[in-house]
Amino acid sequence: MHGKALRPGLKPLALATVLTLGGAYVLAFFYAPNDADQGFVQKIFYLHVPLAICALGGFIAGGVMAIGYLRTGEQRWDLRSYVAIHLSLIFAVATLITGSIWARASWGHWWVWQEPTLVSFLIIFLLYACYQPMRFAIEDPERQARYAAVFAVVAGAFVPLNFLAVRLANPLVHPRLLGSTGSLPPSMELTFVIAMVGMALLWVTLWKYEITAKQTSMQLRALKRRLAERAEMTLPAPAPRRSSAPRPTPAARPAEPVEL
Amino acid sequence: MSAVGALLRKDLRLELRTRESVPAMTLFSLSAFVVFHFGLQRSSLDGDLAAGVLWVTLLLAALLGVGRLFVTEREEGGFDAIRLAPVDPSAMLVAKALTLLSFLAIVQLVAVPGFGILLLGPSLLPALPGLLAVLALADVGIAVIGTLASALAVQTRARELIVALMGLPLLVPVVLAAARATAPLFSAGGASPPPLRWLGLLGLYDLVFALVAYAVFDYLLDD
Repeated sequence: MHGKALRPGLKPLALATVLTLGGAYVLAFFYAPNDADQGFVQKIFYLHVPLAICALGGFIAGGVMAIGYLRTGEQRWDLRSYVAIHLSLIFAVATLITGSIWARASWGHWWVWQEPTLVSFLIIFLLYACYQPMRFAIEDPERQARYAAVFAVVAGAFVPLNFLAVRLANPLVHPRLLGSTGSLPPSMELTFVIAMVGMALLWVTLWKYEITAKQTSMQLRALKRRLAERAEMTLPAPAPRRSSAPRPTPAARPAEPVEL
Repeated sequence: MSAVGALLRKDLRLELRTRESVPAMTLFSLSAFVVFHFGLQRSSLDGDLAAGVLWVTLLLAALLGVGRLFVTEREEGGFDAIRLAPVDPSAMLVAKALTLLSFLAIVQLVAVPGFGILLLGPSLLPALPGLLAVLALADVGIAVIGTLASALAVQTRARELIVALMGLPLLVPVVLAAARATAPLFSAGGASPPPLRWLGLLGLYDLVFALVAYAVFDYLLDD
C-alpha cells in the first residue's frame, strides 16, 4: 500500500531531525559565542533564519510540485503541493514572529518598513495566506486541485520577483546572510549550518508525516465505505455487534455516518 | 488572432451596452480622491504622497473591474463556448487582458485629469509624457495579473473576496514600482523624468507574468 511505503522512512527521518535540530540548539547555547553587538538575543538567528529559508524554499517546492500535478494530473502531486504550501505557511508565521522579536531586540521596533527582507516576506505571506481560502471555496475536487496548482505556480514565480522589487526599493539594514556567511566566525557558521540542516529535516519530516496521515485517513475512509457497502448487501442478517447495548432499528445502520 | 479580435469586440460591446464596470471604476476613483482629501486633510499633494494616492486609487479601481471580468463567461456559458470553438484557449486570456487594459485606459482618461484638478499641487502637463509611459507599463501588469486572478477566482464561492485577497499582494510590486517612478514626475520643484530602473522593473514584471499567465491559463479552462 502507498501509505505503508512511506512509513518506514519516517522513523529514522524523525530521529535524524530531533538529533540534528537538538544538537544545533545545544551548540547555539553552549558552543557559539554571544554576538559582540547584540549579545544573547542574537541566538534567535539560529531559529529565525532557517525557518525563513525553509518557508521560502517550501513555497517554491510547492510550486514545482504543482507543475508536477499539472503535467501528470496525478492526485498525489496535488497532495504534496498542498502539504508543502500548508506547512510553509506555518513556518512563515513562525518566521514573522521570531523576526519581529529579533527586530524589537536589535533595532528597537517590532516592525521596520525600511527593511526589504521583512517587507517582501510579509507580502509573500499575505499572498500564500489566501491559498487555502481560494482552494476551499471551490467545490469540485478535481477543479480545486487544478486551480490550486495554478495558484501555486503563479505564486512560486512571484516569490523571487517580489524580493527583487522590494529590495531595489530599500537600503539594506537586514543582515545579508546568503553570500556573506564568510563574515561569521567559524563557530557561529558551523552552528548555523547545522541548524539549517536540522530545520530542513524538520520540514521534510513534517511534510512526509502529514502526507502519510492524510493518505492513511483517505484509506480508512475508503475501507469504511466498502465496509458500509458490504453491510448493505448483507443487510437482512446484520453481523452481531460486540456491544449488547440496545440499538436503533437495524435498517438504519448502514446510513450511519462513517466519517472520521 | 481573429478569435482574440472577436472576443475583444464582444467584451467591449457588452460593456458598451451594460455599462457595468467602467462607470463604476471611474466613479470609484473620483470618490477615492475625495476620501483621500478628507482622510489626509490636504487640499493639494505633491511628490511621493501624490504618486501614492494616485496609484493606490487606480489599483483599487482596477480591482473592481477585475472582479467582474469573467463573471458573464461563467454565468452565460462563455467558458464552454471557448472550449467548443476550434481556437486556442489562450485567445481568451489575451482578449480578457486587452479588455481590462482598455477599461483601465478609459478610467484613467477621466481619473488622471480628475486627480490633476482635485488633488495634485504641481501642474499635470509637464509630467504627462513620463506619466503616460508609467501608466502604460503598469496597466499591462495590472491587466495581466488581474486577468489571471480573476480567472482563478471566478469559480470560487467568494469571488470578490478572493480577487481582492489575491490581487493585492500580487500587485504590490507594480504599485511599488509605479509609485516610485511617478514620484519625481509630481515633485513640487518641477517634473523630472521617471527613473529608468523602475520602468525596467515594471517591464520585467509584465513580461514574466505574461509568460506565466500564458503557460497556466489553459489549465483554468479545461474541464
